[in-house]
Amino acid sequence: MMDYEKLMSENVRSLQPSGIRKFFDILDTMKDAISLGIGEPDFVTPWHIREAGVYSLEQGFTKYTSNAGLIRLRGAVTDYLKRRFDIDYDSSQVFITVGGSEAIDVCIRAMLNPGDEVIIPVPSFVCYGPLVTMANGVPVYVETKAENEFRLTAQEVRDAITPRTKLLVLPYPNNPTGAIMERDDLEAIAEVLRGTDIMVLSDEIYAELTYGQRHVSPCNIPELYERTLLVNGFSKAYAMTGWRLGYVCGPAPILKQMLKIHQYGIMSAPTTSQYAAIEALRGGDGDIETMRESYDRRRKLLLKGLRDLGLSCFEPRGAFYMFPKIDGFGLTSDEFCTRFLQEERVAIIPGTAFGSGGEGYTRICYASSVENIETALERLGGFLDHLREKR
Amino acid sequence: MNEILKLLEEDSRYTPAQIAAMTGKDEQYVRDTVKRCEEEHIINGYTTLVDWDRTSEEAVTAFIEVKITPQRDDGYDRIARRIYQYDEVESLYLMSGSFDFSVIVTGKSLREVSRFVAEKLAPIEGVISTATHFIMKRYKDKHRAFLVEPEQEERTLFV
Repeated sequence: MMDYEKLMSENVRSLQPSGIRKFFDILDTMKDAISLGIGEPDFVTPWHIREAGVYSLEQGFTKYTSNAGLIRLRGAVTDYLKRRFDIDYDSSQVFITVGGSEAIDVCIRAMLNPGDEVIIPVPSFVCYGPLVTMANGVPVYVETKAENEFRLTAQEVRDAITPRTKLLVLPYPNNPTGAIMERDDLEAIAEVLRGTDIMVLSDEIYAELTYGQRHVSPCNIPELYERTLLVNGFSKAYAMTGWRLGYVCGPAPILKQMLKIHQYGIMSAPTTSQYAAIEALRGGDGDIETMRESYDRRRKLLLKGLRDLGLSCFEPRGAFYMFPKIDGFGLTSDEFCTRFLQEERVAIIPGTAFGSGGEGYTRICYASSVENIETALERLGGFLDHLREKR
Repeated sequence: MNEILKLLEEDSRYTPAQIAAMTGKDEQYVRDTVKRCEEEHIINGYTTLVDWDRTSEEAVTAFIEVKITPQRDDGYDRIARRIYQYDEVESLYLMSGSFDFSVIVTGKSLREVSRFVAEKLAPIEGVISTATHFIMKRYKDKHRAFLVEPEQEERTLFV
């Protein structure tokens, strides 16, 4: 018999499988369980956007697009970035990808030589490290701190830089913490990067979901603009996760090289999704606002609920996650979440799933109905009372 | 105030505590605002959206176009009042365009609604004509779709 394991890429074998799977396995067996685990909008894509996709099918637009994506869509992306975030790109500096995920992957693969280091703030979404490893790079994790509201500080960046540093990932607004970076924070980082050749990979998939202030992109900082690869997409802003559509923007010479990876690996992003996305960008500002207001109400509801239960929780100002501290009960994050699911039938994700620095925290996604959030809070109250009695 | 009203319009079961948490306002402020809105008839009641087609109850709804001659002094209001006082009338709107009133009438059967139109509505002084359209199926009311959309199948993934 063939030893398949041995045949396989060592890089791939070295990747850790997601520890979250067991939660879903348990969840699947439960009735009346509530999941605040999956991080995606609870809205269906607005109808006018879906309709634009359907209409493109009716017209028979079922072929590949050009590798970089429809010219009209790329134009709509640059218009959108200018209109919403005051970022200047022309359409030669954009290409359309299969979700933000592919955009992150091609950025990393396009930039790294073997052994190059990538600075990744954690806790953060799980994809950066494994993608770096698969590109023969070395992930360098930097733990952000609750006392800094999980922002990445200039000092932390300075301490992590080595002569091999190629890329700095800025995953803000952040999944799972809900942290944002403001202009001052970014300017401080710009100062650290000045004079280096370090590029920034800015994952701005939650850019439209900030509360109380507009998102500031590294592209808004003149010294960072030239060294930034901007990744964004349609999933979070327009509730289009299943359409799998995103884009990457950056300096034209880099994009030109990067497009080769996309060209050979993907060909072109789904055509139907691209037509729907044009409609999203042209006519979807109102949808973004409606959904954002709705998340904001639930954000306030959950934050108050968690604090009323005596949990310490930093006020998240972006995305749709809350990252309360749950370390006072003699349980690890994983034990806490496992028992909460088993005993109270509510799925939330242990902070450790998002890298080091997540121990003692849990991620709760509030893109769920008010009823679900209230029920989850009720059950959490009971669970905490039970844990406190025991102690 | 408008934010509170929008939330109540979305779901009138939200409690003052929930609304306070969602808007970042004080609970007493929410209570006071709701009370004031009730007093000032900004809030005119609370109701439930029922899809009677899913029950054994027989119910018929008709949408009736009504043309009238406006009355001296009172304009449309006097006739409107004479129409909407009937319990059968669910809603009444003054319309622009080729007719004047849109009257939504509910009853137990086609015959009951027809009789209402023939015996009560049409004879009202000032009513020139009526055109009755029976509603065959209710797809959406007050922003709520009545058809149950299929759920996408369960997914196990980590985002």
